[in-house]
Amino acid sequence: MAKSPPTAKDNNTRRFVFNAWLLMLARDRFALFAAIFLLVLVGVALVGSFALEDVATKQNLRGRNAPPFDFNKDWIFWLGGDALGRPLLARIFLASRNTLMIAASAVSFSLIIGCFLGLIAGYTSKFFSHLILRVADVIMSFPSLLLAVIILYMLPPSVINIVVVLAITRIPIYLRTARAEVLEIRERMFIQAATVMGASNKRIIFRHILPIIIPTMVTIATLDFAFVMLAESSLSFLGIGIQPPEITWGLMVAQGRPYLTTAWWLSFWPGLAIILTTLSLNLLSNWLRVVLDPQQRWRMEIGDQKNG
Amino acid sequence: MAEHLLEIKDLAVVFHTIAGQVQAVNGVNLHLDKGEVLAILGESGSGKSVTASAVLNLIDMPPGEITAGEIRFKGENLFDMPPARRRDINGKNIAMIFQDPLSYLNPVYRIGWQIEEALKVHGAKEKEARLETLRLLEKVGITEPISAARKYPHQFSGGQRQRVMIAMALALRPDILIADEPTTALDVTVQAQILDLLVNLQKETGMALLIITHDLGVVAEVANRVIVMQNGKVIEAGSVRDIYFKPSHKYTKQLIKAAPGKGKFSLGISSSNPLLSVSKISKNYGVFRALKDISFDLMEGETVAIVGESGSGKSTTAKILLRLENANSGSVFYQNQDILTLSDQDLLKKRRDIQMVFQDPSQSLNPRMTVLQLISEAWVIHPDVLPKNKWLRRVEDLLEQVGLEKEYVRRFPHQLSGGQLQRIAIARALALEPKIIICDEAVSALDVSVQAQVISLLKKLKKDLGLSYIFIAHDLPVVRDFADRVIVMKEGQIIETGLAKDIFLKPQKKYTQELLLASLEPDPDVQLARRNTRKKLLEYKI
Repeated sequence: MAKSPPTAKDNNTRRFVFNAWLLMLARDRFALFAAIFLLVLVGVALVGSFALEDVATKQNLRGRNAPPFDFNKDWIFWLGGDALGRPLLARIFLASRNTLMIAASAVSFSLIIGCFLGLIAGYTSKFFSHLILRVADVIMSFPSLLLAVIILYMLPPSVINIVVVLAITRIPIYLRTARAEVLEIRERMFIQAATVMGASNKRIIFRHILPIIIPTMVTIATLDFAFVMLAESSLSFLGIGIQPPEITWGLMVAQGRPYLTTAWWLSFWPGLAIILTTLSLNLLSNWLRVVLDPQQRWRMEIGDQKNG
Repeated sequence: MAEHLLEIKDLAVVFHTIAGQVQAVNGVNLHLDKGEVLAILGESGSGKSVTASAVLNLIDMPPGEITAGEIRFKGENLFDMPPARRRDINGKNIAMIFQDPLSYLNPVYRIGWQIEEALKVHGAKEKEARLETLRLLEKVGITEPISAARKYPHQFSGGQRQRVMIAMALALRPDILIADEPTTALDVTVQAQILDLLVNLQKETGMALLIITHDLGVVAEVANRVIVMQNGKVIEAGSVRDIYFKPSHKYTKQLIKAAPGKGKFSLGISSSNPLLSVSKISKNYGVFRALKDISFDLMEGETVAIVGESGSGKSTTAKILLRLENANSGSVFYQNQDILTLSDQDLLKKRRDIQMVFQDPSQSLNPRMTVLQLISEAWVIHPDVLPKNKWLRRVEDLLEQVGLEKEYVRRFPHQLSGGQLQRIAIARALALEPKIIICDEAVSALDVSVQAQVISLLKKLKKDLGLSYIFIAHDLPVVRDFADRVIVMKEGQIIETGLAKDIFLKPQKKYTQELLLASLEPDPDVQLARRNTRKKLLEYKI
C-alpha cells in the first residue's frame, strides 16, 4: 500500500472510511431512521417547498379549518386546512425551508463562534478569558427574548437579522460549556506530553482539545435546535420575527393558537414536525457521539443495539 | 477438620461482557482462621479483588455472575442467606478498607459523624457512639481526636485518611478485615506506618486480616500465609517463607525474580562531562516554597534518580527542566545555554533533546489518536527531523526497538495493556532522538513483571543510544537496580546525593536511613531484620 501513489491511496482510504461510517449507521436502526428522515426533510425544503408554493398560498375560505383525515379531498388536504383554507401539508412543506434555514444557520453560527471563543477563553491568558466571559455574562444576564425584542425593534425584521439575534443570544451556552471542558482537558497528561514535544498552542487546541469537546458541543447543538425554532416562533408571534406571508413552523403553531379548542390540527401538525426534527437530530447526535469516540466505536462496529 | 473462620470453596465468577464471557475467578479455594494474616498476591487481572468482593457481596450482578462454589463464614454459607442477614454480617463481622480512601469517604460530612453513623446504624446510642468514635480515632493513631473528628475528609493527608478508614472498619469490631491494596497510593514511610498499625490492631483484637496486594514487600512485611493468584486461579499457597525461598510454580518463580532490588549496583560512570547543569533553582507557589536552591549535574550517559515522598518537589523539578513550569530563580545549562531563559523559538529546538515519559501512559497518550498518529506527532511539530514518506517505516522501527509488533500502528490506546502503552510512550519520546529522557514515576503504575521488562528496555536503550536519564521515583528497589547516582529530596531540598551504592549501603543522613528502613523488601528475612531495626529506632526515640 505504501508504494502506490499517494492520491490513489488517499481516495481509497477515504472511500473505505465512508463505507465504514455507512455500515455503522446501518447498525444503529434509530439513527438510520433519523438520518433518512432528515435527508427527506432537507429534500422537501429544497424542492418540495418551491413546487408547492402556489398551492400553499392559495386561499379557500370555504375550506376554513378543514379537519384532517378527509380522504375524499385532494391528498394535499389530508392533514386539514388552516384558518384561511390553505392546505396544511403544503404549508408545512413550504415552512420547512425558512424554519430549517433559520434554525440551522443560527445554531451553526452560535456553535462555531461559541466553541472558538470558549477554546480561547479556556486555554489562553487570563485577560482574554475574563474579557470573553464578562461579555458572555452580559448577554446571559439579559433574558434572551428581551434582547431579541430590543434588537429587532431597532433593526428591520428580516431572516438575516433573526438569525443574527438568535445566534448571539445562544453563544454563551456553547462558550461556557466549551471553556469548562477545556479547563478540565488542559490539565490532562497528554496535553503536557504534547507541550514537552514542543507543540504550539494552536496545535494543542485544535488537534488535542477540540476533538474531545466536539461530541459534547454537537449534542448541545441538537438540543438547542428545538429551542431556536421555538424562540423564532415566539418572535414571530410578537410580530417582530418572520412576517406573514413568509411562514415558519413556529409561526404556524402560534397562528393556530386561537383555534386550539376548535381546530387542534392547526398547531398540532407543525408542532409534530418540530418534535420529529429535534428527535431525529438527537438520535443522530447520540450515534455520532459514540462513533467519534474510539473507545466506544466498537459498540457500533460489532452491531450492538443498546448504546450507552 | 476444624471449622475455619472463612472458607471459600471452588468459587467461580464470570463477567458477561459484550465481547464475550470473562472468567474472572475460576475455582478458588482458600481459608482464613482467627488471628491470622493472609495475603493474596497477584498482578492486575488475576482475580484477587473480585474474590474479596464476592465475600462482601460487592460484585455487580449482572454483568457479574457467581457460577459455582460457596463461601462459608463460621460454617454458614453466605450464598444461602437472606439478604438482610448478609447485610448484617457485612460491616459487623466482615469489614473492608480500600486503596483510595478519599473516594469512600463522603466529602460533605465530618469524619466523626461518618464513624458515628456506622455505630448508630448497628444500634449504638448517641453519646456512646461519640465516645467510641474518639476512642477509635485515638487507637488508629490520629493525634487530637476531638478536633480531628470535626474535620472533613479533604483536610487529611492520604495516610491519615487511610487511618480514618481503618477506624471506620474497626468500629463494629469485625472478625475479619479485608484490606484491598491498602497502601498502594501512599508514600513509603506512611506505608510502613499503616502496615504496622494494621498488624498491631490485628494482634490486639485477634481478628483475621486478609490483605490483597501486588507487592511482594507488603507480603513479606505483614503476612503469615500467602496465596498466589494468576488468571483467576490459585496457583500456589503456603507460608511466606516457603513461597519466597521454595516457589514451585513457574509464575511465582518469575514473579520473585522480577521483584526489583536484587541486581548489582552500578559502579557509576566514567564521563565527567556535564550534559545538563542545574544550579540553584527555586520555585514558590504563593508563600509555599516548593523548591529551595536545587543544584545538580547530569553527566553524559548517566542515570540520575531523584527519590523522595510526595510533596518533596521531585516532580516540580522535572516540570521546570521541561519548562512546563517557570522557576522563580536559578538556571539550567544545556549546551552552554540557559534553557530557563530561552525564547519560545529557541526552546522549540532544545525541546527535541529533552523528552519525558510520564507516570500513567493511559493518561499521557491522547485516547483519540492511533499509535501511528501518537508517535508521528513529534515529526509534525518538528518537520525537519524526518520527511513524511518515511514516517510509517520509522514508527515501525521504533515499535520494534521497544519490543512491540508492527501491527500496533493502527491501534488506539484503549486497545493496549499498561505495559504496551508505556512502551508506546517511550517510543514517542525516542521519536525525536533525544539526549535526555526524564522518567516521572514511569514504572510505578505497572505490574511487577512488566516493570522489570520496562526497566530492562530503558537500560538497553541507554546502552544502544547513549541516552541519559533523570529517573524520578518513590520506589527505592527499582532505583537501586537502575540508577548510577541518587538524589534524595525532602520538602523541596536535596538531603543527600551520591552513588547508588553509597546511598543504599552507607546512607549518611537520618532521613535517607528512615526512607530505606521504611521501604519493603520481598525477602521475608531481610524484611524482618528491617522491621526490628525500625522498632528499635522507634523505642529509642521514645
